[in-house]
Amino acid sequence: MEEAIKEISIIAKEAKLLNEKSAELSGKINDFAVSCQNNLLSSGDSGSNFILLLSIFVLACFVGYYVVWKVTPSLHTPLMSLTNAISSIIILGAIITVGAKGFGSSHFLGFISITIAAINIFGGFVVTQRMLAMFKKKQ
Amino acid sequence: MSTNFISLSYLISAVLFVLALRMLSSPSSARRGNVLAIIGMVIAISATIFDQHITNKFIIIIGLGIGGVIGSFIALKIKMTAMPQLVAGFHSLVGLAATFIAIAALMEPEYYGIGIKGKIAPGHLIELIVGAVVGIITFTGSVIAFAKLQGIMGSKPIRFRGNNIVNLLIAIIVILLSINFCKTESMNLFLSAIFISSLLGVLLIIPIGGADMPVIVSMLNSYSGWAAAGIGFTIGNILLIITGALVGASGAILSYIMCKGMNRSILNVILGGFGSEAESANRDEEEGEINRSSPEDCAFLLKNASSAIIVPGYGMASAHAQYALKELDDILTKSGVSVKYAIHPVAGRMPGHMNVLLAEAGIGYDKVHEFEDINREFSNTDVVYIIGANDITNPAAKTDHASPIYGMPVFDVEKAKNVFFVKRGMSPGYSGVANRLFFNKNTLMLFGDAKDITEKIVKELKNL
Repeated sequence: MEEAIKEISIIAKEAKLLNEKSAELSGKINDFAVSCQNNLLSSGDSGSNFILLLSIFVLACFVGYYVVWKVTPSLHTPLMSLTNAISSIIILGAIITVGAKGFGSSHFLGFISITIAAINIFGGFVVTQRMLAMFKKKQ
Repeated sequence: MSTNFISLSYLISAVLFVLALRMLSSPSSARRGNVLAIIGMVIAISATIFDQHITNKFIIIIGLGIGGVIGSFIALKIKMTAMPQLVAGFHSLVGLAATFIAIAALMEPEYYGIGIKGKIAPGHLIELIVGAVVGIITFTGSVIAFAKLQGIMGSKPIRFRGNNIVNLLIAIIVILLSINFCKTESMNLFLSAIFISSLLGVLLIIPIGGADMPVIVSMLNSYSGWAAAGIGFTIGNILLIITGALVGASGAILSYIMCKGMNRSILNVILGGFGSEAESANRDEEEGEINRSSPEDCAFLLKNASSAIIVPGYGMASAHAQYALKELDDILTKSGVSVKYAIHPVAGRMPGHMNVLLAEAGIGYDKVHEFEDINREFSNTDVVYIIGANDITNPAAKTDHASPIYGMPVFDVEKAKNVFFVKRGMSPGYSGVANRLFFNKNTLMLFGDAKDITEKIVKELKNL
């Protein structure tokens, strides 16, 4: 009887270990899957990925084309300052550089880029708001 | 935060950006549009910063803070008349940031998941070099445009013999360097290509004169978008690609509208403007009688008119005459004269320049009309007041096939009963073409500063 209990407890321990190991493995597999997915998303080796980005780009050009033709000519200056502000979305690229571990010369370049893009973002939005506030109907 | 969450945030930002542009279709919704764009930007930046892979968050926020303070300060202090140079200056920053990011990506490709140093896929190398070259051309080109608009450099075109050939040679060198770079992934070749492209940006813009600036400012606006999209392709960021495409398309449309407003092609603007041909067209300019007038006469005629159209141009901006115009408008409107404004697409130094200045002075946007909307009304108008505009009123553009500005859309101002033309002297306009309008019987010339003359008319009107 005692032996049986001992054996059971040993088996239980082993089962526990196995369980932990399998959890660890499944975690690893999951990480691997995520990294595969990331690689697939961000690697240019797969031609289909480039085509995907290109499709998005071309469709966005069409959206831009149709939307901008609708902009009233009297607001063409605010249109320029607004597009200027949103084109500073390029700041995301700089954030990724600075956000990587460590601090080297690429981080420094990234930091300068963040600063100048931020000038653009804040400056562009503020000046657009200032201009648009002036456009009023006749009192 | 998970990758999916970040992607979703980017999608929301992209939609908000599109809506923001859409809302610029009317001044009444435009302010809300700007707010949507701000929200979109905040979402995109926060989602990126709070990503678990991002360290150095503090440094990033310091950069944002410094830039934010400088940017807001400039935007709050800038005068509305200085808007063209401000926009040119801002474009240069986007270009510079794009170039720096491309260099950083080449230094540490692992950060962007585009491979490891020395083994970046050729496709990414092409994207990197294109992004960097477009970025640096945007930067140096915009700096020159800024200097010209700000008056640091003369606004006259600077040309030398064979400048187009030199530009072509530089472009070929850049292409050769880029091809070699894509083969070797050498940082030195990359930096050389960037350096030589920076010269191209300078050389492309120095031959451009003041009145062609609307085209150039729009073109640089477009470039800044393409540069952002280029970087987006490199780092596989969908939001950069979408936004870049929107901005690129917007700038391209504006350039097209400006070119059409001058009846010229973009190549014609870049490769050589009004030059030698304009001088030869001046040869046998018919000298006619001109009618000098005075602010008193102008005030008298305006007072007794039932309708008046004001045609402003860059001269109004440079003389800061918009407030005097508003005063004139108020007095006339009070005495029952219908006052409207006619805005030519290329009036001023950037698209929509006149509209912003008139709005600044407090003139309602419902009084300000675009070319197609108002051109038919000149024939039923008593008084036309042309202030600081020239080429856009020259009837030669409609009749004289030999004129360099032939085919350019011009206002039918000569059809009005009386035309007052405010001008400093008899010099021709930007195109170098004498304006036949001066010699018309119903054209009355008012010589002097745009602001002074307008103020004198206001004074006379008050005395009447």
